[in-house]
This record gives sequence, C-alpha cells and structure tokens, in this order.
Amino acid sequence: MARIEFRNLGHAYGPHPSAPSDFALQPMNMVWEDGGAYALLGPSGCGKSTLLNIISGLLTPSHGQVLFDGRDVTTTPTRGRNIAQVFQFPVLYDTMTVYDNLAFPLRNRKVPEREVHQRVHEVAEILGMTHTLKQRASGMSADAKQKISLGRGLVRKDVSAILFDEPLTVIDPHLKWQLRRQLKQIHQQLKLTLIYVTHDQVEALTFADEVVVMTNGKIVQKGAPDALFERPDHTFVGYFIGSPGMNFYPVSLDAADEQGIRIGEHRVEVGPAQVARLKRAHGALRMGIRPEFIELAPAGASGALEAEIVNVQHLGTCQLVSGTVAGHPLKGKLAASVALQPGRHWLRLARPEAIFFCNDERIAQ
Amino acid sequence: MNKPYNNKAWFFILPVFLCVAFSAILPLMTVVNYSVQDILSPTQSVFVGLEWFRAIMRDPELHGALLRQLVFSLCVLLVQIPLGVALALAMPSKGWQSSASLVVLSMPLLIPWNVVGTIWQIFGRADIGLGGFALNALGVDYNYASHSLDAWLTVLLMDVWHWTPLVALLGFAGLRSIPDAYYQAAQIDGASRWAVFRHIQLPKMRGVLMIAVLLRFMDSFMIYTEPFVLTGGGPGNSTTFLSQYLTQKAVGQFDLGPAAAFSLIYFLIILLFSFVLYNWMQSAGNSAPTTEGDHA
Repeated sequence: MARIEFRNLGHAYGPHPSAPSDFALQPMNMVWEDGGAYALLGPSGCGKSTLLNIISGLLTPSHGQVLFDGRDVTTTPTRGRNIAQVFQFPVLYDTMTVYDNLAFPLRNRKVPEREVHQRVHEVAEILGMTHTLKQRASGMSADAKQKISLGRGLVRKDVSAILFDEPLTVIDPHLKWQLRRQLKQIHQQLKLTLIYVTHDQVEALTFADEVVVMTNGKIVQKGAPDALFERPDHTFVGYFIGSPGMNFYPVSLDAADEQGIRIGEHRVEVGPAQVARLKRAHGALRMGIRPEFIELAPAGASGALEAEIVNVQHLGTCQLVSGTVAGHPLKGKLAASVALQPGRHWLRLARPEAIFFCNDERIAQ
Repeated sequence: MNKPYNNKAWFFILPVFLCVAFSAILPLMTVVNYSVQDILSPTQSVFVGLEWFRAIMRDPELHGALLRQLVFSLCVLLVQIPLGVALALAMPSKGWQSSASLVVLSMPLLIPWNVVGTIWQIFGRADIGLGGFALNALGVDYNYASHSLDAWLTVLLMDVWHWTPLVALLGFAGLRSIPDAYYQAAQIDGASRWAVFRHIQLPKMRGVLMIAVLLRFMDSFMIYTEPFVLTGGGPGNSTTFLSQYLTQKAVGQFDLGPAAAFSLIYFLIILLFSFVLYNWMQSAGNSAPTTEGDHA
C-alpha cells in the first residue's frame, strides 16, 4: 500500500511539446492518498488510460516525477512497482487453470509453493471462487474471468495500488452491480488504494470516495460525488456529471444595473452581491443551472424567464422537459405532480443553486 | 416444435456437388477402378481384386521410399516449425522494417517450384554454383550429384528455404492478433520473457501453428517437383520420395493397376497422419493439468 504522488507530471507522445495541445496529459500535481478509493472519470481520449499507465509504469512520463511513499519511481519498470492492473477486457492465461492463473504472479516472483497455495486460497475465498479453482480459466464467463484478473492483482501481499481500466465494460448489467459491490467490500476489507477509470458516471459515483474528473488531458475537479453535483468547478463537470447535464446560459452585464444580469435580451434579478462578483470577473460569463433545480414560476417573477417548452416526457418519478430559453437549449427535471403542457411557461432559473462560471471556471462564492 | 421439414435446401449444394464430382470424386473412382483391374490394353482388362494392393505392399522399393518420405517430412516439421516461430518472434512489428521483412520473407513463396529446384541445382554445383563452390573451397567434399547424404540434405535445405517463410508469416499473423493488454498484464504479473512466450504467445499461436503443421506435413509428404529438378531422385534412389516413385510406376512403366493401388494407399496415409496430428494438437492445448500441490 502506498501514497502516490505526482510532481509536475505531464506526458506528451511527441518529442518536443510546446503548446498545451501537444500534451496527452497536462503537467499536474496530484496526490492519491493511501487506502483511498478513487474514480477517474472522463470521456474517451481524455488521458485517463495514459495516467493509469504512468502509475503502473507501462509508460514513462515525458515530464515530472511519480512518487510512491516519497520514493521516486518515475523510471522504475512495472515489475519493480508492485502495482496490479485490471484491464478493460479480461486477460487470462488460457492454458492454465484458475488456480495457476492466480498463482502466476507469485510463482514469477519465486514465492515458495506453500505460501502460494495459502494466498491463492485466501484470494479465492474473497472472490468466492474456491469451487472453481481446478477449472480451466478459458471456458469461464466474462465476469468470472474479470474476477480472476482482479485476483491476480490481489494475490500479491505487497501490492501498492490496484488500477482498474474500465473493468466492467464487458460485464452484463446485473452482474456489474454485483461486481462493483464486491469491489467495494474488498476495498473495505483490505484497505488498498484503488484507482478506477471509467467513462460511466454512475459507476464512478457509486464506487468512489473521491471522483477525479478529467478532460483534454487535464484534471478539472477532484471531489466527493455530491460536491461534483452541487458545486462543479468547471463547466465540463457540470455538463458531464448529471443526466441530463447542466444548462448553460451566456450572461452579460449592464454597467448601470446593480441588481440584475442579462441573459440574451432578458433581464434577470440575482441580487447586488452576485452582480458585484460577476463584475469583478474578467472573461466570458456563463450561468449554469442543473435540470433538477428548475421550477415553474409565476409570470414576471424575480429570477424567472419565459421558456418555450417543446417536449414533456413522463418518467414516472419526474418529468423531463426540453425546450429553449432566450435561444439556448433547456432541459429540466420537474416533479411528476406538476401539470405541464408544451408551450410558453415561466421558469425560475436564477435560483441560489445556480452557479456562475468565468472562462469555464467556477466563480467562488 | 413446428419446424417445417423439407429437402429443398439440398438443391443449393447441387452445383458445388457437381463441380466436386467432376473434379475429384469421378477421378478418384477411376483410380479405384484401375486399382482392382489389370489393364492389358485400352479395350482389354481383367478384374484382379486386391492383387495389386498385395503386390505393392510387398515392394521393397516402396518401403524404402516410404521410410525416406517419413524421415524427410519429420525433419521438415522439426526444422521449419521452430525456425518459423523464431522468425515470427524476431520480426519487427511496426514501421517500414515490418513491411520490409514481410516482403523479403514472402519472396521464396512466390517462386515456382521448378524454378526453386533449378536455383538450388545451380547454387549447389561445385563448378559454377556459389554454395557448392564455397563449400568445396572450405574443404568440405560436397557433391549432391554423387553423395546420397549431400543430396538428401540439399533437398531438405531447399525445402526449408522455400517454405519456412510460410510458417513465419502464419506465426506473425497469430502474434499480431494478441492484444497489448496481455503483454501489459504479463509485465504487471512479473512474467519472464520465456513465460510470456510459453503462456501467452504460444497458446495464442496454436491455431495458426496447427494449420502450419498440417500444411507443411501434407505438402512435404507430396513433394515432387523440387527434388525431381534438383537430383532426379538420385544418386541411386536416395532422394526418391513417394510421389516420384508413384510417377515412375504410373507414367514411366505404365503399370496403371499397381500405381492406382498405391495412390489410394498414399492418400490414406496422408489422411491418417493429418487426422492424428490434428487431434493430437487439439488435445495438447485442451488438457493442461493443474499444478496445484498438496500443501494444505
């Protein structure tokens, strides 16, 4: 087990990176605490796997250092790092039995056979696979194979961290849930550092204590699931977390107006403190509001705008409305009890839950 | 079960069946027909039953050719399969080097059989051939036209040169189909280079290697053109393999009956060996025993 630290770590696949776009991973400082369960969330191609491969040593970063418990391991090869990694598709040694698959990492390290036997049985117990130990690994189902891949990571006692690279992609939905719960149990039992890469926000939010959101090779926010939902630091987080994502509206200010802002041609009251903060910011201003926080309002009410609602979908527990506000798209999740027909309605958008962004970064309250 | 049963589907395979009938089944039946008759002239023949089979089985020349053939095919497999796998492993996997090595490797495969024979016939000559001249200059008394062993080794070497690339290309294709994650997982599991070969590369190549073994066995068992051009079966009959023996019987001496009987035996031998090889390799991959010790 180890505390993993990045110091000015960045990676470029090309030889002479100069512009930020040359970096697959923007230079960053970051700490993964010992025993933490982290989810690394981001769209495909955002640098998640690059980051993971740097931790495991499959890739040597072009810039900066990686430290395990303060020890510089930047150039240490994978074999010397004691990292376990589970890949997107189960990797098995087809010709071996489950037992031999689990024993493989230990035998490679010349662990005495007596200890191998003991460790393999311990791990099989944790994974609930004791009865399949003598079966051939190649004929098993995808979730069993993925469990064996995981088991090969757990079987080593000295493992610093376990990395998961979208491990549940090939697993059936009902088993996904089971396996994820088992992962959580293993984490609580063994107190290992887990880093879990995924592009599925539900997976990330249910699995991790702390979610790290990445886009374009950059970590844009690191925080607990509720923080990501309530206080996204970046418009990307607002858009990526939540289903549907946050609504964004460009904001302009009138020099003379101390009370309100303009969204398109409409004036919206937000109070003097908020207006003062916005006036201090330099850059493109946007207001973000989560669909969950939108509500109907009386015509002309403060903070409300007139919206054109095009579509109302009843989802049982709520209704999903979509339409436009001041020429920008709108998605809202309203209580199922509100009677609503497509047409023009007044909606309160500038609520306390609304968040203002300047150049995509959240403006601190 | 309300499955509609009708036999109309059989009509779809009729064209293929007719083609195969004319190209394979009818000629084969003709051979069967010859094998049980003594053909005296085109209009005169006598039914002799299994007489030709009995005669051919007792022919010492056949025994010699069969033994030579078996040893030859065995050597071909023992040399070409490991060598091909080694080449496949050594080939660069990316960039222009990869394309270049593929082209170079494919070259022998593109040369017609009789040209291969001619190339080696000239190459091995002591007076004008580079190989033969060099060997003799080094003090090796090499002459494929008069020493049986030299002739035999030259035929083997020629076959290795001609066909090892096929094994290498098949192996290379097998290797390329292994996802990177396997190598990465092996690194994480601390596997040695040998363990990676033994537990990842070899099992993943099993399918293509099986094809390679079967192809090389069948092809080498039927080898005809190259030794015919190179040595003509000599010196003596040291490089007379089965197909050449058969040709001498059928075309040289016009012993159609014995030749037909032998053709059938030849065919059955190849079928039997291929069947045995295939099943052996299939089961070799499917019955890995557990190595769990009793330490409990």
